[in-house]
Amino acid sequence: MGRALAVIIWILTLLSVSLFFIDKWWFPTAISSHAAALDRQFLITIIVVGLAFTAAQVGLGYMVWKYREDADRSRATYTHGSSKLEVIWTVVTAIIFIGLAVMGQSVWASLRFNDAPPGSYQVEVVAQQFQWNFHYPGTDRVFGRTDPNLIDDSGLNFIGLDEADPNAKDDAVHTVLAIPSGRPVELLLRSKDVIHNIWVPQLRFKQDLVPGMVIRVHFTANTPGKYELACAELCGQLHFQMKSYLLVLPDDELGALTALPQDQFQTRMTELLAKYKLPAQN
Amino acid sequence: MSGETHEAVHRHPAPTGFIRKYIFSLDHKVIGIQYIMLALVAVLVGMTMSVLMRMNLSWPGTNWPILGTLFPGGAPDGMMTPEFYLSLVTMHGTIMVFFVLTTAPQGGFGNYFLPIQIGAEDMAFPVLNMLSFWVTLVGFIVILAAIFFSGADSTVGPIGGWTGYAPLSALPNAGPGQGMGMNLWIISIAIFCVGSLLGALNFITTLLNMRTRGMSLMRMPLTCWAWFTTAVLALLSFPVLLGGGILLLLDRLAGTSFFIPGGLYLSGILSGTDERFPLHTGGSPILWQHLFWFFGHPEVYIAILPGMGATSHILSTFARKPVFGYRAMVFAIFAIGLLGFFVWGHHMFISGMSPYSAMTFSILTLSIGVPSAVKTFNWLGTLWGARIRFTTAMLFAIGFVSLFVAGGITGLVLGQTSLDLPMHDTYFVTAHFHLVMGVASIFGMFAATYFWFPKMFGRLMNESLGKFHFWITFIGVYCIFVPMHTMGIVGMPRRFAQFTEYEYLKTLHPLVVFVSIAAIATVLAQIVFYFNLLWSIFKGKRAGENPWDATTLEWTTASPPPHDNFAGHLPVVYRGPYEFAVPGAANDFVMQTEPEVILQAVGSGREGTSGNGHDGHRH
Repeated sequence: MGRALAVIIWILTLLSVSLFFIDKWWFPTAISSHAAALDRQFLITIIVVGLAFTAAQVGLGYMVWKYREDADRSRATYTHGSSKLEVIWTVVTAIIFIGLAVMGQSVWASLRFNDAPPGSYQVEVVAQQFQWNFHYPGTDRVFGRTDPNLIDDSGLNFIGLDEADPNAKDDAVHTVLAIPSGRPVELLLRSKDVIHNIWVPQLRFKQDLVPGMVIRVHFTANTPGKYELACAELCGQLHFQMKSYLLVLPDDELGALTALPQDQFQTRMTELLAKYKLPAQN
Repeated sequence: MSGETHEAVHRHPAPTGFIRKYIFSLDHKVIGIQYIMLALVAVLVGMTMSVLMRMNLSWPGTNWPILGTLFPGGAPDGMMTPEFYLSLVTMHGTIMVFFVLTTAPQGGFGNYFLPIQIGAEDMAFPVLNMLSFWVTLVGFIVILAAIFFSGADSTVGPIGGWTGYAPLSALPNAGPGQGMGMNLWIISIAIFCVGSLLGALNFITTLLNMRTRGMSLMRMPLTCWAWFTTAVLALLSFPVLLGGGILLLLDRLAGTSFFIPGGLYLSGILSGTDERFPLHTGGSPILWQHLFWFFGHPEVYIAILPGMGATSHILSTFARKPVFGYRAMVFAIFAIGLLGFFVWGHHMFISGMSPYSAMTFSILTLSIGVPSAVKTFNWLGTLWGARIRFTTAMLFAIGFVSLFVAGGITGLVLGQTSLDLPMHDTYFVTAHFHLVMGVASIFGMFAATYFWFPKMFGRLMNESLGKFHFWITFIGVYCIFVPMHTMGIVGMPRRFAQFTEYEYLKTLHPLVVFVSIAAIATVLAQIVFYFNLLWSIFKGKRAGENPWDATTLEWTTASPPPHDNFAGHLPVVYRGPYEFAVPGAANDFVMQTEPEVILQAVGSGREGTSGNGHDGHRH
């Protein structure tokens, strides 16, 4: 029984670890500037995790293989432990675990401890049940005024944009997020109803959109293309369909898009969505 | 230290009528079994829901005629609606976390064995104990009612996940699943909180006041330390959830705005402009998350600490060896309990909370891995040099160690702020917490069931069936939950009713199907467990007082124990709980009640300094 259990534990360990070596079931190729450091931190962590997991399971298997009840020994070893060992393994694990936690802060700090760099490309994101609205400030780079009282879903004014505000004249609102490649982007995240979460796997980026708050986040995407954008916080019945696309565009293409008036903006966005293809599967 | 002064207070005569004996019983043993029965029923409901969810995820759009018959609203024509799926997610989580993982380990086995293991005749407050069970049962009935009271909006219950984030859960007009079912969900949890509080008070008082002569704190079995710490966690965390739940209910029913900010626009209506959506202003959705997770994280330890205690106890018994590092184990339990209150923010890194708070929570979170690792090392140390008897209970205890490592270790990934950016709310999280708080805890309870069943019913469970149950379950849970990590790395989000909308998830379809098949096979294997349980109550081999050659007080009395546990003679304790393989002793186990005399021969056999062989109080 002891040998069977040991072998099963070892086989399960081997299969579990191998699963993490299958390329097609790994992160999709990253497209953001912080992703390299993040992926490296993930790899370091998962290697530590994998080694610790393997060592513990191999050790456990060894114990049940070796110390099964047998006729050679009439009694188990009588010991209540070893203070020295307790100190050693407490200190060693503390160093490794807390070390990892500290290392893990650098990407976080670079994204969250600073404001967006000046000149970042700004988009306001207004989430609502099962739809994304992206508010582009236009060539003046100033967002037109919005007011909850002006929201009218049936009239297609999803974000309550005040048409009378001069700053709103060149604004555009669309359900697709278009951002520049290679330039910092700042998103101003809002929600009209419940909590949503903006999530693009290739960006390695996720953030809740909380009603009553404006949350500012920033990152830099660096690979033009079209990517799926999902809601990652349970927001109700059709949560799984709250889908959109992220378009990462070369600067000039985005500049041309942003300069267009609202009606042509819509047409051009449709063309761009058709032009770019989703990344091939790993 | 001993309980002489309390004996007269809690002693009550054995009841004779059926109702007082088996229904409204004051006997902690009967109440313990009642809790276990509640968990056995609840886990069937929760498991069935998980199978339904897997069916929907793996074979989307399939017509299941039986579903259409059973839930004409949730699965019209046999096809599951997204809201039906989401209410299954919610109910599965709530029922499993509250009515299975919190009831069986603590209310069930803790109730039954804590008083016996410390040599008491009953809990300190038998009436409170009875109330805590019946209050909990009412909570269960209310949560079941939540399934059926939302019929009008065609779901089977509330939608919110087990975390019920506001303002989705606070706004009755936020779509299907936010109606009466949500009210009942909140009420059920509030009731559950009250029941758990009553239980926690009882556990703490009993352990502190009612230990028998010689049962110093450091002579207690590790199970008692685990139940005690769990009770302290429950005492401090459930009131916060209770408060939060009441506030949430007020937001829904009384027009308050604790969790609802101003200016919300839902289903075409701006808050305050129409009687269907009254004015709300000034609330904070993140406040709910703080209140919920201040409870929710300690709750994870409430679920698993008793399993850790049982595992230590059972490993030592069948290793025929003292627990390695008893003191370190006690300190680790405390450290986990204490740190458990300072890590709740790791559920909220990307909630909009301050990024500096997130960093602090992250470092504290990885610190809590240290006492967890210390426990693992000591379990391996306990097995080192052992002479293992592979009973079913032992197999499940070893399985606990394996699964605790497998599930716990990925906390090193999720506890890091940066890595939470891609991993948050993906299947990586689902895999992590299912393995560690779900499956490992349940393995602890399986071990406890096979181990203590002979004491509770006087008969042994069938070992062949037990071992079959172990092998399928052990391999099954690895097959279910390890691939979920991979899904999470690819980026599969939790709580999606279907994955068909997203191209990048299509590559995962074979894994999704594999997991579902493994889940169904594992669930079916549990039928063997239920059969074994029922069959053994009536037909199992007679157990006798001490079938496992174990050392602690529950094995000094009859199986099952008499109404007052020790037939009028409280045991006196002379040594620590895990004196196995003592050199020079007649048997390879020395019971805690064995008098001092034989110790003279033994004195030289002690090693190490962290043991508790026969130090402690002398009387």
